[in-house]
Amino acid sequence: MMNRWQIVKRLAPLMAIMALVLTACGRDDLSTLRPQGPVAEEQYNLMKLAIAIMIIVVIVVFAISFYVIIRYRRRPGDKTIPKQVEGNHKLEIIWTIIPIVLLIILGVPTVQSVFNLSKDYTDDSNAVKVIVTSHQYWWEFEYPDYGVKTAQELVIPKGKTISIEAKSADVIHSFWIPSLAGKIDTNPGGNINKMHFSAPKEGVYLGKCAELCGPSHGLMDFKVKAVDSASFDRWVSALKAPVAMPADPAIKEAFVNKCLTCHAVGDQGGPAYPNLTGIASRDSVGGILINTDDPKYSNEGSVYDNLKRWISNPNAVKPGNGMGKIELTDQELDGIAKYLSELKLDYEQ
Amino acid sequence: MDWLTTVDHKKIGILYMIAGGFFFLVGGLEAILIRIQLWKPLNDFVDANTYNQLLTMHGTTMIFLAAMPLLFALMNCIIPLQIGARDVAFPFVNALGFWTFFLGGVLLNISWFAGGAPAAGWTAYATLSGDTFSSGHGLDFYVIGLQIAGIGTLVGGINFLVTIINMRAPGMSFMRMPMFTWTIFITSALILFAFPALTVGLVALMFDRLFGANFFEPSAGGNAVLWEHIFWIFGHPEVYILILPAFGVISEVISTFSRKRLFGYSSMVFATILIGFLGFMVWAHHMFTTGLGPVANSLFSIATMLIAVPTGIKIFNWLFTMWGGSIRFTTANLFAVGFVPTFVMGGVTGVMLAAAPADFQYHDSYFVVAHFHYVIVGGLILGIFAGLHYWWPKIFGRMLNEGLGKLTFWTFFIGFHLTFFVQHFLGLMGMPRRIWTYLDGLGFNELNLISTIGAFLMGFGTIFFLLNIVVTAFKPANAAADPWEDGRTLEWTISSPAPEYNFAQTPLVRSYDAFWKEKMDGNHAMTPAEPLGPIHMPSPSILPLFMSIGLFIAGLGFMYQKDWDNHLGVYMGIFGLIITFFCMMLRSLRDDHGYHIEPDDIHDQGVKA
Repeated sequence: MMNRWQIVKRLAPLMAIMALVLTACGRDDLSTLRPQGPVAEEQYNLMKLAIAIMIIVVIVVFAISFYVIIRYRRRPGDKTIPKQVEGNHKLEIIWTIIPIVLLIILGVPTVQSVFNLSKDYTDDSNAVKVIVTSHQYWWEFEYPDYGVKTAQELVIPKGKTISIEAKSADVIHSFWIPSLAGKIDTNPGGNINKMHFSAPKEGVYLGKCAELCGPSHGLMDFKVKAVDSASFDRWVSALKAPVAMPADPAIKEAFVNKCLTCHAVGDQGGPAYPNLTGIASRDSVGGILINTDDPKYSNEGSVYDNLKRWISNPNAVKPGNGMGKIELTDQELDGIAKYLSELKLDYEQ
Repeated sequence: MDWLTTVDHKKIGILYMIAGGFFFLVGGLEAILIRIQLWKPLNDFVDANTYNQLLTMHGTTMIFLAAMPLLFALMNCIIPLQIGARDVAFPFVNALGFWTFFLGGVLLNISWFAGGAPAAGWTAYATLSGDTFSSGHGLDFYVIGLQIAGIGTLVGGINFLVTIINMRAPGMSFMRMPMFTWTIFITSALILFAFPALTVGLVALMFDRLFGANFFEPSAGGNAVLWEHIFWIFGHPEVYILILPAFGVISEVISTFSRKRLFGYSSMVFATILIGFLGFMVWAHHMFTTGLGPVANSLFSIATMLIAVPTGIKIFNWLFTMWGGSIRFTTANLFAVGFVPTFVMGGVTGVMLAAAPADFQYHDSYFVVAHFHYVIVGGLILGIFAGLHYWWPKIFGRMLNEGLGKLTFWTFFIGFHLTFFVQHFLGLMGMPRRIWTYLDGLGFNELNLISTIGAFLMGFGTIFFLLNIVVTAFKPANAAADPWEDGRTLEWTISSPAPEYNFAQTPLVRSYDAFWKEKMDGNHAMTPAEPLGPIHMPSPSILPLFMSIGLFIAGLGFMYQKDWDNHLGVYMGIFGLIITFFCMMLRSLRDDHGYHIEPDDIHDQGVKA
């Protein structure tokens, strides 16, 4: 038995959820529904066109469905045999042609947009070139024109076109900044992918790895920080400047022997793992421990606390990552965390 | 013992149903665990590794070990009856198909107890699935288990192609075939072309993992993207392998319970063939973000969108089958009617995904998770539920309880929409798929909670269905031959459950909807096409089971050859293969002509001459 009441009851929760969802379309710095740059904007426009067409289709089908379900229910005791209709060529042609027309309306802008977004900016002198290399589970950003390398936080000058060359050092990952641009896979081997985007407004945008890449796939976040061009220039020169080692000789020794074998700071250290220069001015440690003096959630804390939490047991924060547990005394741990928590780059004014 | 040696299509169908149902529960439990983990941010109900194993096994199990076997259950039980045949073309191969599927599935699930299940996603993308990044045996279980199970699917597909082409009753031309038979026919053709691609990929991956080959290892000249192509050349047709039979079920159920002929039969046939064909042309739409370039992306975008046209034809034909009909809302029909709008929602998001630039945003996000669950659960599983409720009396001779059936429908249906509708928005808000946990404060919390509640409701729906089966099993098997009274096709002309030989006399088919035509002409049964005579039956055989056990042992042996000393694994592998080949030899050398059922022993006279 399905009466009118039940249909209303069935639709009510759906409508309630719709209303709930549409009033809150996510965060400005994350949601694809709140585009913050021209590339995401173009994709959003295509999404809106598609959604509009699809809503029309869904409404038509739902309307016909409800009409037939209610109108042609069998009455109790009804033994009549309905007319056995074979089909209707006119109707069948209509519902072949209408979808084709709808697909043309959607298909033309789709193809235009495909070619538009595949423009290659790698040889454009006005664009900022960035080589993105993904690792389990962190991101390396190299600026070949400026001769600097950083990790986890992609600092860009606002308004400029950023030309990305993306590759992977291990497994397939996918580079995604929802509010600025769609994603592109990073493939291992010589298979380098290109994309571009720009951020007209200053701000921090959240980026994510979108391809399953191992246990900590879901924790492989990064940030894109758009700053004005003067700040960007200051940032580049600050990255190149030499960095003082820890003052305490014991801490210094531990830092050089146990950290700099893999990590780099300024002009010292190894390149295998994330470059730590200016780590204290990044928004997060390890991409997910958010630096804040007013922690609300369990993944938030001060820079010092976050660094300590990470260094003392990296696998508890990001399971399966390559750092593993480093043998440090409590003193060394404190000293290194404190030293790193003061490693700031003051480039924003 | 009878069940281990049977070659009867109806019993094999029931075996498929039990095994597929069991794996459906396993996959469902995995889904519930996944949703418990995601019900709140930064949850640590399961650890990251276990979570990835759960999501991999959920996908693999549901696709290969639940959905396909349940379809095989329906097609085994029904297709020979629907075309007026006495069995499938190769009954022995049919049994072999079941046992390889079952033991392949068991092998895959043993991984849970042997140091960890595969954790690279059901798509097992290289290089994550290579032995550098997945060093345990989990992925070995995946490649070997699926190869063994794949044999079953492939031989099953071939079997049904031959059966449908060769064994239709006299008078049943292709354009008089019931819609379900048509869809199974196209599905079997898709299996024939798609599964070899999967097997090639799995063999290559097996060589990479077990014998140090480098098909997919870039550092040694291989190519990780190659795996994506091979996988999706199989994987996309697979979607249609799953959904076409559901289309067939829906066509039968809606037509029966509307007491009306299927609207636009010939355009339905045409649409089915077209969908099957296009299904092979669109695999790269899973790879828009892989970096294929704008030309490939445009072509695959447009080709993908085109699938909406034949699908649209089907949707409107179903709606117009109901139009002007006399619709009876049995549980089976509730599922079928619920299927139509639900599947449309899955279909339209499919067209949205086909727009490549927009897909750069949707891809690998929860939007995709929502989309394919709308297609696979909202399409296929609703279709399977409709089919099970519809044909249950024909298969078991008992009617399922309608009250419990309706309870099943409403909890499952509401739970389904609650679970997956909100996931569209999660994806658009920036939540990637396959993530073990998410940070707090991103705005994902409420919708994930709703989704988890929905998943529990779906679980309750499934429990009600199980309860229904149990309750029904205690009732006497007294269903009428045509229990819905509006049966239109041949399976409703014989007693419920069908006798061992199906049709005492092969019926003569005089039109589309053969039984309906006879009823309208005032006949109560089909006109037979042959005199009553001895019926030839194939002998039962234990060999299919032993052949599959041989493969199972061989798989385990080769998997562990690297770990065990003294080449024990290799010997075990060879021993397993010897069992299989010995059984094949026995089968080849022994001349078995089967046996006959004499006319005197045909108790149920079937149709009267």
